[in-house]
Amino acid sequence: MNEVKDSATTITFARPQAFSDMVTHYCPGCTHGIIHRLVAETIDELNIRERTVGVAPVGCSVLIYNYFNVDFLESPHGRAPALATGLKRVSPELIVFTYQGDGDLASIGLSEIVHAANRGEKFTTIFVNNAIYGMTGGQMAPTTMPGQVTSTSPYGRNVEEAGWPMRICELLSTLRTPGYIERVAVHTPQNIVRTKKAIRTAFQNQIDRRCFSLIEVLSTCPTNWGLTPCEATNWVQTNMSPYYPLGVFKKPEPRIEV
Amino acid sequence: MTRILMKGNEAIAEAAIRAGGVHYFAYPITPQSEVGEYLAKRLPEVGGVFVQAESEVAVGNMLFGAASTGKRVFTSSSSPGVSLMQEAISYMAGAQLPVVIINIMRGGPGLGGILPAQSDYFQSTKGGGHGDYRLLVLAPASVQEAVDLTMLGFHLADKYRNPVLVIGDGMIGQMMEPVEFPDKYDEPALPAKDWAITGAKGRKPLITKSLFLDPYALEQNNIVIHAKYEQMKANEIRFELYKVSAKNRMLIVSYGTMARICQTVIDDLEREGVSIGLLRPISLWPFPEMQIRTEAAKPNIERVLTVEMSMGQMVEDVDKAVQGKKPVDFFGRTGGIVPAPEEVRERILKLLDGKMAK
Amino acid sequence: MSQYEVTFAGFGGQGIMTAGQLLAYAGIHEGKQVVWIPSYGPEMRGGTAYCTVVVSDSRIGSPIINTPLGLVVFNRPSLEKFAPRVKPGGTIIVNSSLIDITSNRNDVAEILVPANDIAIKAGNVKTVNMIMLGAFVGATEVVSYNTLIELVKEKMGKKKDLLEMNLQVVDEGYHFAKSALRAKVKA
Repeated sequence: MNEVKDSATTITFARPQAFSDMVTHYCPGCTHGIIHRLVAETIDELNIRERTVGVAPVGCSVLIYNYFNVDFLESPHGRAPALATGLKRVSPELIVFTYQGDGDLASIGLSEIVHAANRGEKFTTIFVNNAIYGMTGGQMAPTTMPGQVTSTSPYGRNVEEAGWPMRICELLSTLRTPGYIERVAVHTPQNIVRTKKAIRTAFQNQIDRRCFSLIEVLSTCPTNWGLTPCEATNWVQTNMSPYYPLGVFKKPEPRIEV
Repeated sequence: MTRILMKGNEAIAEAAIRAGGVHYFAYPITPQSEVGEYLAKRLPEVGGVFVQAESEVAVGNMLFGAASTGKRVFTSSSSPGVSLMQEAISYMAGAQLPVVIINIMRGGPGLGGILPAQSDYFQSTKGGGHGDYRLLVLAPASVQEAVDLTMLGFHLADKYRNPVLVIGDGMIGQMMEPVEFPDKYDEPALPAKDWAITGAKGRKPLITKSLFLDPYALEQNNIVIHAKYEQMKANEIRFELYKVSAKNRMLIVSYGTMARICQTVIDDLEREGVSIGLLRPISLWPFPEMQIRTEAAKPNIERVLTVEMSMGQMVEDVDKAVQGKKPVDFFGRTGGIVPAPEEVRERILKLLDGKMAK
Repeated sequence: MSQYEVTFAGFGGQGIMTAGQLLAYAGIHEGKQVVWIPSYGPEMRGGTAYCTVVVSDSRIGSPIINTPLGLVVFNRPSLEKFAPRVKPGGTIIVNSSLIDITSNRNDVAEILVPANDIAIKAGNVKTVNMIMLGAFVGATEVVSYNTLIELVKEKMGKKKDLLEMNLQVVDEGYHFAKSALRAKVKA
């Protein structure tokens, strides 16, 4: 890259400090990069980089720890909320976040996320839902849409057999324990701005030792969906967002003395 | 120091606290639930952390997260629960994290029963989870020794940055014996925990992981952890000899409570003029292989007998140690049945008569 | 090497475990090695609760004792199950208030103690275990009378009324067994 050194140049867009200078391995059109950046910007803005610890999942974002300039743990598949619980309980001064895909969180790790949320563990979960297993090559996930063709649902997801896609925000928001649960998307600039705000709220909740927070981000997988990046963002709008409505599902209530 | 009467499970819990193990994650399972019950009361008093997890799968992974901070963390469970933790144990071995796991064994396979057994020897010493790794495995034979080895376990886990397993049969957990706790836990100095996850303040970010997609990097990680296992073999073999002498006709190899039953048999037979020696491995891994080989090779030893509460697990290692120099026999009961001294005695006498030669 | 093993057996709720633990504590008081082990084996099935205590001058081997020297039985099923296993020359303390049979063994000292009757007379049926423990110590002197009394004071000293009652029934059990033994010797 040619460096332009010009005294008249002012930097208006820089790499967040919470990012390392690695190039990501994600496919063209994948929105992991956007979501990573929103998390990194938030860490910078809240000035928490030096006490933040990420917990990486198993899935496409398994190598997330290479892209951030913060301490990281790499979790077994689905167990990130358990690792985060351990970390946060013994070192409550740390800011802990898990970054998990839909196979990781909604399938193999469902028990861990439900119980972490129900215990009200004071960490933050970024849940990236792209309706498919990406890393292993496009298999059906618990979040795969009805009729969606994947390598393990070649005739389309049959809801009689595989059940309906799991709506994690709705499921977790039934818990009595206070928490912050919001679903957002990153397929348009407007939605990206909203997502940033949601992620910031989730981290702020943790800084305030307030509650467990989970932000579900509707994401794309052009490679495994067999679509171009533009078609993929449209697919989020037309197929996913009607079934996975955006919005805040749960907010921490004012503290009630029991 | 005063001697107090304590149940094994509670004594182990108190020992952990005395060794600074004040971060505990667990799921209830018989016959060790008293460990967690005791700690649920005690840990808040000492500013510790007590988390009852949703499953042993979660327990293992909570330990993984907590251990990465460099603080002393532990759990206790029983056989089926320890099976569920194997995932995290493998990851922690790969990521080189210190943790202490107490397994108060019950009979298996499957749900098995809740009575004493030693049927997790293979699981404990031969991997248990996937991958090329070892655990340091300590096996107490009394409540006092359970206290001492639990405390030592925390030290060794830190020293080698490796999970340590303390295994006792159900009796160790359930019986009461007098115990003494040291007023102060003295341990040799340990290296600084520069690997601990504390937030990247004033240093480069740390990554605690076991993923190495580059085969050379993965092999290198295995070489590094293997070197630690060699050090453990050099430094951490522990065993006890009981009435081993040149008069012995037979060497018994037995561990845990089972070894104490053998001790009673040896005392009884000594009075009748039959001399038997006992080698009790205290560290099951690293295994006192050379020591068994040396004792078994002595000319007065006619046979070697391994006695276990299993269908025969440690006997494979004893067999390997003896290298075919002497006949190696096995006696064991399972299902929660503890071999009575009378049964062991009868087997010894038959073997020495040559009636049951292999 | 001197070692004594005793099994306490009865229904759950008769204070079996506590009686055994008190004996173990008494052993510690006298500087001895002790093991207390609760019902833990296939025999747990069938509703009897039992524990075994070993008191020894030296290191204790097997904590599992199939043939104890002493047996303290609180109900009939326990007598039927454990009495045949007592070592010859041993001692059996039988709660004769609830057990209408005897062991039929002539190679052991068998002492019949109407423990429930004594307890009811003393004012609290829950003290049965203390009477039986007192009787056992009276018959065997595995620990001394003074140690036992000291221990009862230490472990049960919180409520004065209860302590006095316990001291009284332990003493009664102890002396009941002593005189029963003397009677046996004379006979």
